[in-house]
Amino acid sequence: MTDKRHIIRLEQVYKSFNGLKVLRGLDLVIPQGEITVILGRSGGGKSVLLKHFLGLLLPDQGHVLVDGQNLVALAERQLFQVRKRFGYLFQNGALFDSLTVGENVAFPLQEHTNWRWTKIKAVVEEKLQQVGLQGITEKMPGELSGGMRKRVALARALALDPEILLFDEPTTGLDPIMTTTIGDLIATTVRRLQVTAVIISHDLSLAFSLADTIAFLHRGRIIAHTDPESFRNSPLEPIQQFIAGRPDTTVDNTQKDED
Amino acid sequence: MFILSALGRVTGRLLQEMGGMAVLLGQSLLYLPRRPYRWRYFFRQLEFIGVNSLFIVILTGLFTGMVLALQAYYGLRKFGGESMLGAGVALSMTRELGPVLTALMVAARAGSAMAAELGTMKVTEQVDALLAMAVHPVHYLALPRLLASVIMVPLLTVISVFIGIVGGYFVGVILLGVNPGTYMQKMLEVVTADDLYNGLYKSVVFGLLLAVISCYEGLQAKGGAEGVGLVTTRAVVLSAIAILIFDYIMTAMLF
Ligand SMILES: Nc1ncnc2c1ncn2[C@@H]1O[C@H](COP(=O)(O)OP(=O)(O)O)[C@@H](O)[C@H]1O
Ligand SMILES: [Mg+2]
Repeated sequence: MTDKRHIIRLEQVYKSFNGLKVLRGLDLVIPQGEITVILGRSGGGKSVLLKHFLGLLLPDQGHVLVDGQNLVALAERQLFQVRKRFGYLFQNGALFDSLTVGENVAFPLQEHTNWRWTKIKAVVEEKLQQVGLQGITEKMPGELSGGMRKRVALARALALDPEILLFDEPTTGLDPIMTTTIGDLIATTVRRLQVTAVIISHDLSLAFSLADTIAFLHRGRIIAHTDPESFRNSPLEPIQQFIAGRPDTTVDNTQKDED
Repeated sequence: MFILSALGRVTGRLLQEMGGMAVLLGQSLLYLPRRPYRWRYFFRQLEFIGVNSLFIVILTGLFTGMVLALQAYYGLRKFGGESMLGAGVALSMTRELGPVLTALMVAARAGSAMAAELGTMKVTEQVDALLAMAVHPVHYLALPRLLASVIMVPLLTVISVFIGIVGGYFVGVILLGVNPGTYMQKMLEVVTADDLYNGLYKSVVFGLLLAVISCYEGLQAKGGAEGVGLVTTRAVVLSAIAILIFDYIMTAMLF
């Protein structure tokens, strides 16, 4: 992968919370214009990792480079400029529950464009339609099911057609048909707009069908990052366990131990 | 030894929080002139504070004015000064009780709701979502609430003072039989616009204090529902303490 442009680069990233070591010297590069899927066990730090990409969390040690800019060294204002390039889908959606569905999706458009309301409304309708939702713009997030909330959040993340898309478990909690629809939507968005996408998941079939490369997070490090085929045939025991769905019998993977 | 170290911890935490609140206030001032101006959101906050607090402010104002009239009558009668009853009630309401009680009620009603709302947003990652969309939480969440509070608390104070004076008139003139002419005449003679202004200066500061404290505490929430409950209580208690302390300081300085 050395010949490709890397839009995001993490170098020796360490992050702990009150002594709980979540990331432990993690290295990862995200190739531009591709779909990278990050797999790993629940509670292994995938969401924590993704939040480092746009500086929602800053590393205790190490560097996070976005397009060559070190987020750790940036002033707040510059950090906000970098964030405008991202669309972020939170694991739980993180919709604003005091705003309607339509206002949620319109939010980034109202904040960062000076479009007229009619145009914003049209984009909101279009994005909601893409995630299979129609006629719910006046509803409040509290009235929706978990899966619907996630799709609204996806529409919000896509609203500005950002150049880097970060998805934290985009299909968890969706039915199989909707999973395929969302998978297709992500794939076509990436191809059509030539953007970069990072998807966090523990859904293997989604990973194998969408990914250009798959990275595996294990005990605070990326222990493999390759194309789907080599990933499937990886000799690494944690990966084979993960693929086969075998319980980890060797060591528990809460990271309170050693180094 | 144990008490000393505990005291040290509490003081340290309090100083740290005061620093954080000062930063929040500073950031709000920096963001004040910056676009976008979110008028609709701002009006929602005005309405939120007004609607939440109006009834309770009227109620406290009314009963405070009434009890003031009773107490003052008891005192004034001892040296035959019943004619000053109106003046006494109005002075107490404008300079002291109107601003302080209104601010305390708004803190309990709207301040706690602010802390709970922002706290919920914090623990459900809605604050992170703002940051991810390159919107500063202080600009979007705190600033409109600070402004709304600084505007609404003085307005509510005026209402409270007015209602208190009406309540005092009711008790003094109708229940206790003070002459209505002298009641009004002495009141208008003694109470000046400066008394009202002094009360309003205070209420502006109180409004700012309670909003800064409530927003700050809300944004500090951690964990789940329990964490939100914790910061909500802290917001009300700290607001009340701050209002009373600043009330003394401002009274000492202004007069
Ligand atoms: N802000 C935080 N404060 C404290 N601990 C956290 C925080 N965020 C995540 N953690 C902890 O980090 C670990 C990894 O969490 P997470 O990244 O959400 O896992 P995953 O997304 O892989 O399921 C968990 O043990 C979690 O409790
Ligand atoms: Mg997660």
